[in-house]
Amino acid sequence: MNDIAGTKPALRWAVHASVLLLVVLWVFPTLGLLISSFRTADQIATSGWWRSLFPSEQNLTLRSAAPETQVLENGLYVIKGNLFDAGVTAKISQWGVSSRAIDAFKPGETAELRRGGEITVDADGNYRMENTEEFSGSRGARVFVTAELPPEFTLGNYHKVLLAEDSTDSMGKAFFNTLTVTIPATIIPILVAAFAAYALAWMDFPGRALLIAAVVGLLVVPLQLALIPLLKLHLSIGIPKGYLGVWLAHTGFGMPLAIYLLRNYMAGLPRDLIENARVDGATEFQIFTKLILPLSFPALASFAIFQFLWTWNDLLVAKVFLIDATGQTTVMTNRIVELLGTRGGNWEILATAAFVSIAVPLVVFFAMQKYLVRGLLAGSVK
Amino acid sequence: MHPAFQGLLTIAIGVSGCVGYFYLSNQVLDKVLFPARGPNVGRNINRANMIRPWLFLFPALLALGLYLAYPVFETLRLSLTDRIPGGGYKWVGLDNYRQMAAEPKFWEAMRNNMLWLIVVPAMSTAFGLLVAQLTDRIRWGNVAKALIFMPMAISFVGASVIWKLVYDTRPAEQDQIGILNALYIFFGGAEPQTWLTIPFWNSFFLMIVLVWIQTGFAMVILSAALRGIPEETIEAAVLDGANPFQIFFRIKVPQIKTTILVVWTTITITVLKVFDIVFAMTNGQWETQVLANYMFDKLFRANDWGVGSASAMVIMLLVTPILIWNVRNARKEMQ
Repeated sequence: MNDIAGTKPALRWAVHASVLLLVVLWVFPTLGLLISSFRTADQIATSGWWRSLFPSEQNLTLRSAAPETQVLENGLYVIKGNLFDAGVTAKISQWGVSSRAIDAFKPGETAELRRGGEITVDADGNYRMENTEEFSGSRGARVFVTAELPPEFTLGNYHKVLLAEDSTDSMGKAFFNTLTVTIPATIIPILVAAFAAYALAWMDFPGRALLIAAVVGLLVVPLQLALIPLLKLHLSIGIPKGYLGVWLAHTGFGMPLAIYLLRNYMAGLPRDLIENARVDGATEFQIFTKLILPLSFPALASFAIFQFLWTWNDLLVAKVFLIDATGQTTVMTNRIVELLGTRGGNWEILATAAFVSIAVPLVVFFAMQKYLVRGLLAGSVK
Repeated sequence: MHPAFQGLLTIAIGVSGCVGYFYLSNQVLDKVLFPARGPNVGRNINRANMIRPWLFLFPALLALGLYLAYPVFETLRLSLTDRIPGGGYKWVGLDNYRQMAAEPKFWEAMRNNMLWLIVVPAMSTAFGLLVAQLTDRIRWGNVAKALIFMPMAISFVGASVIWKLVYDTRPAEQDQIGILNALYIFFGGAEPQTWLTIPFWNSFFLMIVLVWIQTGFAMVILSAALRGIPEETIEAAVLDGANPFQIFFRIKVPQIKTTILVVWTTITITVLKVFDIVFAMTNGQWETQVLANYMFDKLFRANDWGVGSASAMVIMLLVTPILIWNVRNARKEMQ
């Protein structure tokens, strides 16, 4: 009763309606891409993805079976079959045999074929072609139909994008490259930062406050500044573009947030616990590994998720430190940008490739949302 | 060597290297340099305890110094020099900055960046606050929040693809497959628009992508802040007959002012670094250039390290006020 929601029924409805509207606005773009990734190139190009959920009226160009399938029945050459692929159930409303008059006939009517003979098409797509002479040529007759097709989805795009061996569309390799970048770049900074965070939280030494301030300051330094100096540094000490360089760069760039998050968390652990351990004669190293590290698990998990999402989704660092001219070490984000450039119109490839790269972070996100939220709350400078 | 194997090896070497370093350096300190026995036990223990923090800090400080602090100064130096073909550098003073200031593309990037700096933090914070407030007491609030939070997990590149489909344009006689054009036509628009090529407004279409991503962040932080408001203040306002809007704007918002400011500045930092969205969606064409992408162009396409570094310094300069503010807040909190 002390909130906007809940004072008056009208207001309560307004609240529900506006939240629903916001959720729809936020989800729709992603949903569009997800649905598009299950549609064929033709479907995507000819109708909006929101139509694909309902039966849709479409103009299709189909072909009868080739003349080689004809049989002789009572002196007539006959070709029979169904215009649609097996498994497709559609309702034809109009059809034609010429591209200039695609709606000339109703289902059940019979049309003259230009190359001789006639054809009858019913509403389900069954057709019968008859001719007194033999049908010639290598391909079947073209039939233009206006039909209502049920929603249809395919896994073909995923098959093509993930498994095509030689294809330039393949994301399989980029997927593993991304994984190869991400995992070491997530694990190593945690360990390095945890020790430093413990020293900053629980050890007394001159300059501690200054160091913490420096970490807070470095938190916002744009990594754009680091690109050229580090590239030069790497080259001068013999680290070429490649995995080692990108792992080191991610470790460095992730360090301020890692130290900041972990220090804040560790500083909040009960003082008695650590002092009792010290009195009992535990060394600092033992206190850290046996006491602090296990107790800091939530903060470690928070940072791990951040770093994972950030390295998985990164484009800039990978472009600068990892991807060389051979393109063997390309990551998914970079592949997608290339696809946007070269195949901007191939939505089935783009949508699927994007979803392959989005899927893993989404799973991590929904599985570990609790830690992510906790990390965000601890990580924003208060 | 297969990269996956190389990766595993790196994890093994990295992790055991770290643990080994910390363990061994502590052992050396306690057993060899300043053993806690013999005639100088007290002095030794004290000395060991003075050195130990630096053992714990050393790898992290090395990484911070080398990967973040050093580049700031090196970039400053590079921005004041030019590369001599064939190797070496020569001091050119502020020439790079002058050259940059003479380029219309730079001012276009500055203008757009300013727009981004105003629009994105404002919209994200406003939407975040709105969602946080509206979902606070409704039963499916958590589901709604999770869905609005979700874009946070999506890469800027992925988001660019998602929104490119929203903005897609087909010729007038075809069915529109981009939902924005479909709606535009549905509500009586004459011609489908190519949204990303309309100067000035196209920047806003790019900003929407970042607002879409950042709203979840603002919402999470502000929602926690709203829950932290003492109940009594709200109850008192209700007893005094305040209406819901008064409660929200006069009681709640003033109490979470600092959090709003934190959210605002954090998003501001993100905006200053925004690169991927512009790079993937327009690459700065049609007057959508921003500083980070301008810098990338200069560094890696034009190979002009001088001007590239100068533009990086401009970004650094814009970040500096927030940097100082953050450091001061952190110090205040520690005392």
